Amino acid sequence: MRPIGSVHEIPPGEGRTFAVDGQMIAVFRLRDGSLRATQAVCPHKGGPLADGQIDLKQVLCPLHLNAWDLTTGCSLSGQPDLAVYPVHLDHDTILLGDPT
Amino acid sequence: MRQRLVVIGNGMAGARTVEEILARGGDFAITMFGDEPYGNYNRIMLSNVLAGVEDESGIFLNDLSWYADNNITLHTGTRIERIDRFAKRVYAEDGTETPYDKLIIATGSRAFVPPIPGLHRPGRGYHQGVFAFRTLDDTRAMIRYAKEHERAVVIGGGLLGLEAARGLQNHLPHVTLIHAAGHLMNAQLNEVAGGMLKDSVEKRLGIEVVVNGRTTEILGKHAVTGVKLDDGRVIGCDVVVVAAGIRANAEMAAASGLVVERGIVVDDRMRAQDEDDIYAVGECAQHRGETYGLVAPLWDQAKVLADHITGVNPYAEYHGSQVATKLKVAGVDVASMGLREPERDDDESLTFTEPRKGIYKNVIIRDGRLVGATMVGDVTKVAFLMQAFDRGLALPEERAELMFDLGGPAGEVKVEDMPDDEQVCNCNGVSKGAICATVQSGCRTVSGVMDKTRAGKGCGTCKSVVQRIVEWAAGGEAEEDPAASWYVPGIPMPKPELMNAIRLHGLKSVSAVFAKLGGEEDAKSKMGLASLLKMMWGGDYVDERDARFINDRVHANIQRDGTFSVVPQMKGGVTTPAQLRRIAEVAEKHDVPMVKLTGGQRIDLLGIPKEKLPQVWADLDMPSGWAYGKSFRTVKTCVGSDFCRFGVGDSTALGIALEERYQGIEGPGKMKLAVTGCPRNCAEAYVKDLGVVAIDGGKWEIYVGGAAGAHIRKGDLLATVDSADEVVVLTGRFLQYYRENANWLERTYAFVPRVGIDRIREIVVDDSEGIAGALDAAMDASVTTYRDPWKDREQPATPGQFRTSLPLTVLPQVPVRA
Repeated sequence: MRPIGSVHEIPPGEGRTFAVDGQMIAVFRLRDGSLRATQAVCPHKGGPLADGQIDLKQVLCPLHLNAWDLTTGCSLSGQPDLAVYPVHLDHDTILLGDPT
Repeated sequence: MRQRLVVIGNGMAGARTVEEILARGGDFAITMFGDEPYGNYNRIMLSNVLAGVEDESGIFLNDLSWYADNNITLHTGTRIERIDRFAKRVYAEDGTETPYDKLIIATGSRAFVPPIPGLHRPGRGYHQGVFAFRTLDDTRAMIRYAKEHERAVVIGGGLLGLEAARGLQNHLPHVTLIHAAGHLMNAQLNEVAGGMLKDSVEKRLGIEVVVNGRTTEILGKHAVTGVKLDDGRVIGCDVVVVAAGIRANAEMAAASGLVVERGIVVDDRMRAQDEDDIYAVGECAQHRGETYGLVAPLWDQAKVLADHITGVNPYAEYHGSQVATKLKVAGVDVASMGLREPERDDDESLTFTEPRKGIYKNVIIRDGRLVGATMVGDVTKVAFLMQAFDRGLALPEERAELMFDLGGPAGEVKVEDMPDDEQVCNCNGVSKGAICATVQSGCRTVSGVMDKTRAGKGCGTCKSVVQRIVEWAAGGEAEEDPAASWYVPGIPMPKPELMNAIRLHGLKSVSAVFAKLGGEEDAKSKMGLASLLKMMWGGDYVDERDARFINDRVHANIQRDGTFSVVPQMKGGVTTPAQLRRIAEVAEKHDVPMVKLTGGQRIDLLGIPKEKLPQVWADLDMPSGWAYGKSFRTVKTCVGSDFCRFGVGDSTALGIALEERYQGIEGPGKMKLAVTGCPRNCAEAYVKDLGVVAIDGGKWEIYVGGAAGAHIRKGDLLATVDSADEVVVLTGRFLQYYRENANWLERTYAFVPRVGIDRIREIVVDDSEGIAGALDAAMDASVTTYRDPWKDREQPATPGQFRTSLPLTVLPQVPVRA
């Protein structure tokens, strides 16, 4: 687990992209306060997932509204699955682990 | 202690109602009594058993394990003789008694057997060789007997009689159908359609049909030898099947003191009259004077009953069913709904007959709505007609389209003829085969299939084809999707109900709506709710940025590579050299990869990275053109009277005035307008959400509901007015009515025909509802609180509002055009 930024960089209910070791990671701050982290680029047509809308379960890519489960990375609309990363909050610091 | 629920009747009504109760989490100790010695079977399929196309085992709906799995105590072969409403107990004929807290009577109906001499033998029940057609036992006995005999007479030319006659043909060579009325299926069909059906049944199936034939006697002492009609004719036969209709099994209920007329009288919650704890459902029930003998009303009743008894929705009400049926009657397609014949002088009735093919079609229209339809021999349009009938949809101007597929766009191809690999959704590349596979995997709602495959989720033009493929692939078992009427998928309410609830509870933020009405947050619903709340509450709306789509978070339209397009406002498409110079300078300064003229007469700067947006806005110093929102977009204009030698009205001035006033107003869908200076229509006003056309004499025509994108539609004339000021007022009022009443993402080209232009004109122009003032005031409030979003560029609204989401990608990816 390594620190990648402050939770205050992400408004509640939104996502932001972080560059970690040459990887692009989208980190989402759910409205229940918890975090989720996925690959930042949509596997369908390369859309920026951090710009997508989320709820407690899914993220919608802003380009074609494909949906993925934020926790498992499984596609909900017939696309390849997303890589997901363990992510934790230490006080205000976002800690990211290796992909599961 | 759990409440005890007793269900009398283990037929389709009883079992379906219990299923609905279980589906709602109803917590009861359930006991069911069935008169027949079996589990629950599909009575409708008995015709197929008789015809030999279905095995007996294939018609059972719930086998015994279902009862066990759901902890239901089932007593088969047990008839209930009496209810004690005061002691709350039911008594079976075997002497046992069972207490209840809630009781459901679902005793169904039995065959009606007219009092014909010779039908019964004293003390022995039916004459040997005489059968009713109602139960599995009836069917078994009939098949056994018919196999050893030669000639059958079926009494009754309704649906059941026809099915019986057709089925009997598989077991013996000669079948005659005797019907007392003047034509077959007289409850559903008019005389001509009934005659057409008779021809088909006689010529194609070889069943002899006698109409106006009243049977007066069954002949034969030991075995049946024939039937005698009232005109003296004798028809020889050795089997008689009586299918002369059904009667509700309500005697036990009547004897127990319940109110019974033709059935057990129930209220809108399916409760027996004056009883709080006794319900009746299905063919034994009489609701608002009607008893039903078909399954569709039964499903509706079961849902209401279950909603009420479980308390899931104590206000659920059953308001009766409009009976629409589509059947294969004895091998002939028949569909009927509503009226059989026109009733009033001004009812429109259209009829098509093609006797050679046995085709008859009739539709009856009243006040522009379908009130009746009959189809024999060709039922290709029936799915559309049933929808139009059920929902009161507006009908096509070209009435013949109600009966025939009149060429036209790809939407009209027959889905069964399409090859599996044919691409149906051209936006998302989904084939017919992919849709069918999804249906076969168990997804049987149109919206479910659309979600899974993304078919129909692009421009939306293929939705009707997708719907037809789903219906076809599901073999007529496509499930009604309750969510189809909801404003957004995450809140189970249509728009008017949702708006009432929002007002009632004072819900001013999207999260508050979910918390109060939806239970769980839903990403797919946020944008629609944000739009609605902003429209309803204006300045009091609590704006949660995550409820906005990315375009609305950064006031620009996201492109395929994650960059954005910037379109400054250019009112009425009129610009100046200074403006053009500034745009050119900005484009050069920021290396804008593409500068493009839009269809809405503006200039689009494409390929702007998100983090550069505030700087680009600052350098432009022009207002936002809102080319990214579900909002008022542009007003396209022609040159108008200042320069054009044909112009009869100053279209540019009016276009600018409209855009000035209604800029950036958000709604359920995009609003694209145009004003054109003469009927030559250079600004394409006929195909805009709202288009204004100057006509000679200083007048203006206002068209609404036009489109020229994925859908092409000429707008409907809303009004012709005398001044530009009136155009401005009516535009605002129409747009406000659209904002308040259209479904999310429902463009005006769908909204206007759904509501009907006449209705819209009554409300918007004639003020028949007295709400014109309120509409104007609401629009005025939105206009006065408008603030150009591009002005808010100094401070990000949220941390990282303009931070790039693709930090390692070299942008732009779209090639620069020299």
